[in-house]
Amino acid sequence: MFQWFNDVFLKMTWLNEWVGHFIQWIGVDLQSQFGLVFQFFLYDVIKIFILLSILIFFVSYIQSYFPPERTRKILGQFNGISANILGALLGTITPFCSCSSIPLFIGFTSAGLPIGVTFSFLISSPLVDLASVILLASIFNWKIALAYVVVGLVLAVVSGTIISKLKMEDQVEAFVFRKSDLPELELEKLTTHERIRISTESVKEIIYKVWLYVLIGVGIGALIHNVIPESFITALLGNDKWYSVPLATLVGVPMYADIFGTLPIAEALVSKGVGIGTALAFMMAVTALSLPSIVMLKKVIKPKLLIVFVSIVVIGIMVIGVLFNSFGMYLL
Amino acid sequence: MIIKVLGSGCNNCVKLEENAKIAAKELGLEAEFIKVKDMEGISSYGILRTPGLVVDEKVVSYGRVLDVNQIKELLKK
Repeated sequence: MFQWFNDVFLKMTWLNEWVGHFIQWIGVDLQSQFGLVFQFFLYDVIKIFILLSILIFFVSYIQSYFPPERTRKILGQFNGISANILGALLGTITPFCSCSSIPLFIGFTSAGLPIGVTFSFLISSPLVDLASVILLASIFNWKIALAYVVVGLVLAVVSGTIISKLKMEDQVEAFVFRKSDLPELELEKLTTHERIRISTESVKEIIYKVWLYVLIGVGIGALIHNVIPESFITALLGNDKWYSVPLATLVGVPMYADIFGTLPIAEALVSKGVGIGTALAFMMAVTALSLPSIVMLKKVIKPKLLIVFVSIVVIGIMVIGVLFNSFGMYLL
Repeated sequence: MIIKVLGSGCNNCVKLEENAKIAAKELGLEAEFIKVKDMEGISSYGILRTPGLVVDEKVVSYGRVLDVNQIKELLKK
């Protein structure tokens, strides 16, 4: 029953067959290299857009109950590591857009939240997103998706706690703290109708924002799947190479892309014999850090804290990658 | 009337400003538009999510790209 649900609604195996028929119908040989690339591309693109639209709608609906203004209030009532854990957990259900990360950082910090807690939130928010977890289950399986959630949250909590312990409050630009006398905005009270409207808006907005990344990601995935020789990929990223995880992580860090665009690449890499840990490390590096987000953070925190933050996250992702490569076979 | 759009310049802020301009025009309002792009300026209004819409120094909306009709409703108040 569960397998059936997974195949029909998440993996959409029927769609792959339909796409195959369609490609043959327009006169392309399914066994040719072009046919294979074409089928993978078309199937993956359609599947991701269907899943994305449905998932984002429901996820946005849930998220409309957890605006960051409420998250800030909740977090203010906790101390120590429980605040970090809660920050990481709320990061997964609070709607988040990378362009809002700085106002959010300032808003949290000026309200008196420890910067470590804010970092826990800022790390988990892009990394462990409800929609991406379900997509991960659709591409790999539920065990991998759940393991991903757990390690993503642990990374957010540990990184935030280390930053708290380092007492780096002096590494935040002074103007951030000057804002402590801000009027608190009243929370909008939303009706069901408005929540549906907001969810529909965010489906449109997110699709508009990510469609190009998805196309590029699936395109690269299709090339890895069918064109680039396996020997070439395993020579660079094979499980027997000690440098596979660090390489995948360091390539991913500066890249700015959406998790939905990186999943097809991760999937293709794994199908070509790359370790699941290496693929996940790449994915996490792309989503958790990017050059634009680092440049933005630089406006509110000083270089020392920025370096600490980036290093902790990079090392954490590498550790996770190595762990998944060593124990991932129990999950596949 | 002074209408400020708060946001670092991402697509959402551009869209919100366009909609606000149309809304003001359709209502026949004399409005001066100001873009607030620097982080210090944005955060001084206390919003956690961009884009923000400020009418005569009062935050009327944040974190949403309102359409023309929604902005008209807000401007009528």
